[in-house]
Amino acid sequence: MYKIVRKETLNPTVSLMEVEAPYIAKKAEPGQFIILRIDENGERIPFTIADFDREKGTVTIIFQVVGNTTERLNEMEEGEFLQDFVGPLGVASHFEGVKKAAVIGGGLGTAIAYPQAKKLHSMGVEVDMINGFRNKDLVIIEDMCEAACTRLFTMTDDGSNGNKGFVTQKLEELIKEGNEYDVVIAIGPLVMMKAVSELTRPYGIKTIVSMNPVMIDGTGMCGGCRVTVGGETKFACVDGPDFDGHLVDFDQAILRSKMFKEGEQRSRENHHCRMEGMQNA
Amino acid sequence: MPNMSLEKVKMPEQDPNIRNKNFKEVAEGYTEEMAVEEAGRCLHCKHKPCMGGCPVNVKIPEFIALVAERKFAKAYEKIQETSSLPAICGRVCPQETQCEKYCVRGVKGEPVAIGRLERFVADWYMKNGTAKVEKPEQNGKKVAVIGAGPAGLTCAGDLAKKGYAVSVFEAFHTPGGVLVYGIPEFRLPKDIVKAEIEKLKELGVTIDTNMVIGKVLSVEELLNEEGFDAVFISTGAGLPSFMGIEGENLNGVYSANEFLTRINLMKAYQFPAYDTPIYMGKNVVVVGGGNVAMDAARCAKRMGAENVSIVYRRSEEEMPARNEEIHHAKEEGIDFKLLCNPTQIIGTEDGWAEKVSCIRMELGEPDASGRRRPVPVEGSEFEIDAEVVIIAIGQSPNPLIKNTTPDLETNKRGCIVVKEETGETSKQGVYAGGDAVTGAATVILAMGAGKTAAQSIDEYLSKK
Repeated sequence: MYKIVRKETLNPTVSLMEVEAPYIAKKAEPGQFIILRIDENGERIPFTIADFDREKGTVTIIFQVVGNTTERLNEMEEGEFLQDFVGPLGVASHFEGVKKAAVIGGGLGTAIAYPQAKKLHSMGVEVDMINGFRNKDLVIIEDMCEAACTRLFTMTDDGSNGNKGFVTQKLEELIKEGNEYDVVIAIGPLVMMKAVSELTRPYGIKTIVSMNPVMIDGTGMCGGCRVTVGGETKFACVDGPDFDGHLVDFDQAILRSKMFKEGEQRSRENHHCRMEGMQNA
Repeated sequence: MPNMSLEKVKMPEQDPNIRNKNFKEVAEGYTEEMAVEEAGRCLHCKHKPCMGGCPVNVKIPEFIALVAERKFAKAYEKIQETSSLPAICGRVCPQETQCEKYCVRGVKGEPVAIGRLERFVADWYMKNGTAKVEKPEQNGKKVAVIGAGPAGLTCAGDLAKKGYAVSVFEAFHTPGGVLVYGIPEFRLPKDIVKAEIEKLKELGVTIDTNMVIGKVLSVEELLNEEGFDAVFISTGAGLPSFMGIEGENLNGVYSANEFLTRINLMKAYQFPAYDTPIYMGKNVVVVGGGNVAMDAARCAKRMGAENVSIVYRRSEEEMPARNEEIHHAKEEGIDFKLLCNPTQIIGTEDGWAEKVSCIRMELGEPDASGRRRPVPVEGSEFEIDAEVVIIAIGQSPNPLIKNTTPDLETNKRGCIVVKEETGETSKQGVYAGGDAVTGAATVILAMGAGKTAAQSIDEYLSKK
C-alpha cells in the first residue's frame, strides 16, 4: 500500500498528489510514468511522474478528473493509501547537447512538461516555457513553472489572463522573432501535440511529444498502447512515452484514444449510481 | 485385479451451451468414487514409463496406488514431494503429450487419467487437508526470484523448502503470471492459484508485487546492494507478436495478452463491478491455433459474442493447442476456419475494425518446425465480419531485464541463454528458466525449469 502524503487542489478538476514510494523515487527520471490502482476492483491507470523527491522517497502525480478512476482518486485524502503504485516505467527523456529549448504544456500536459523544463533548466539550458489553458481559472502550477524555466508564457484561449492565444501562436511568434531552439518538447492533448509538430516541421526543429495511450501493464505485455511512429508500430510503454512528433501518426492515435470511451462512461455512471445510492440510504 | 475398462472414467463437465455463457470451471472434477475407480486402471508398471514423461517427475504410480486405497492425504504428500503446484498441473498440463502419452494402458484404449487424478488429489487436500506447512530451518542465504509465474513460483517453493530466504519480485499487482493473467477462470479458477501461492508464503516465501525489475532495481543491484546471493530470472514471454498486416492498429484489434489480461486479471467480465472495461463485438475473429487462441475464443463467446471464429493457417493436425481445448472450444460453438490466413483488417471510416480479409492456404513441404508449410492459394481471398480481432500468434521474451543487464547473454530471439541441465546464465550467480529462456511454451515446462534451477542454485550456494 502506498500512502498519500500530500494532496493539493490546483483547479476545480485538477489535483496534485504526493505518494510515498521510496524505490520508485530513487530511480525516477523526467519523462517516465507510474501505473496506479486505487483498490482491489480498480483498473490500472498510467500517470506521468510530475515530480519526485529522492530524499523523502515520494513521487508526485498531477491528474485531471476525466473518468471513474480519476474521480475516485480525487475523493481520496492525505493519509489514505493507494492499493498499487508501480514504476518508474517508460524510457527517461534524453537532452544531451541541447542549449536552448521550448517546452510546451497544454492544460494538464503542463504538469508533465514541468519536470522536463525543470531538468533542462537545472542543466543550464535556456528554456522558454509556453503553457496553454482554456481560461485563467484553469491555470495550474504557474509558480512551479516560473522557477523551472528562463521565460514563462502562460496563454489562455479566451484571453482571460490577459494573454490571448494558442500555444502554437506563441511558439510561432518566438521562432519568427529569431529564437533558435534545438528542441521543442510538446506535451498535452493529442490535437495540440499534432498542431505543434506541424508547426515545427517546416522549420526542421526537432520536436518531442509524450504519448499517453490506454495501457494495462506498462511493461510491454499487452500491446494496448500501440502507436505508429515512422510507419512502424511502437509500444508507448516501453519504446516511449517520448516520440519524435514529426513521425507520430496522430490521426490514428486520436482514433485509438476512443476505444474504451463508452466503457469509461458506463464505469463513471456506475460510480455515480453507487454514490447516490449511498446518499439516499 | 485392475479395472480393465478401456476408457477413462468420464469427467463431469458443465453442459457446453450453459458453460459458454459463464466463467465457472468447465470440468467439475472427480468424486472420491470416480477417482478410486479410475485409480484402479493403473497397472503399476515396474519401469514407470509415465514418470519419464513428467517434467517434474511426479511419482505417478505411487500416488495413484494411494488413491486406490483411499489414502488421499498420503497421495497428496507423495505428489508434493516433487511438485509444488499440483492443483494447477492437474488442470493445465498437456498430459496427452507427457505422462499419459507413455501410459501402457494407452496402447489399447485410453491411458490412465493421470491429470484428472492429480487434480482430484490436490482439490481433495485443499478441502480436507489438515497438516500445517512447517517453515523449514533457515540457512541464512537469500535468493531473489524475478517473476511470480509457474517457473518462479516452483523455484521459490523448492528453495524455501531447503531453508533459503526467498523473495519473489512481481511486476503485476497479483502474483501468478500467466496463471492469473492468461489462463481463464473457467480452466483454472483463480482461487486455486491463490491457495497454492498461500502455501508458498507459509513456507516463508515473500512476494513483492509492483516491482518491475530492470526499472526499479537491476539484477546487479539485487546481487550487490540488496544482499541476494543468487537470482533466478523467470520473467516469461510477455511481448505480444503482431502479424504486421494492414489494419492491425484499428480499434477493436487486441493482442491476446491484452484481451485475456483485461478479462482474467482485471476481471472485465464482471464490469462494472470491476472498473476495467472491454470492448466487445457481435463477430469476433481470433488468429492463431495455440492454447492462447482457444482461451481467447472461449472468453469472447462467454463475453456474449455471437460468432467466434478461429482463423489458423495450417490444419487441425498442426494446431499446437491441447486436444482437450480444441474439443471444448468446438463444443462451445467456436467456428474453426482452418487453412486460412488473414491478409488485412478492414476498418470503418472512423477507425473501427469491421472485417477481416483472409486467403485460403494449402500445405506444402515441411518447414524448419517439421510441420508442413502453409502456402497461399492464389485468388482465394474472402472476408469475414469482425468488430473484434484478437491476435494470438505468439509472444517473445520481454527485453526489460536483457536491456539492463549488459553481461547477460541472450540469443537472436531475445531469449536468455542458459546451460540446459542447470539453468545457469552467462552471469555468475544468475539463473533463468521458463518462457524467458525457451520462448512461449507450457506451464509445466516452466515448472520443470524452475525445479532444475532451484537444484543448481542450492548446489552453487552450498559450495559458496
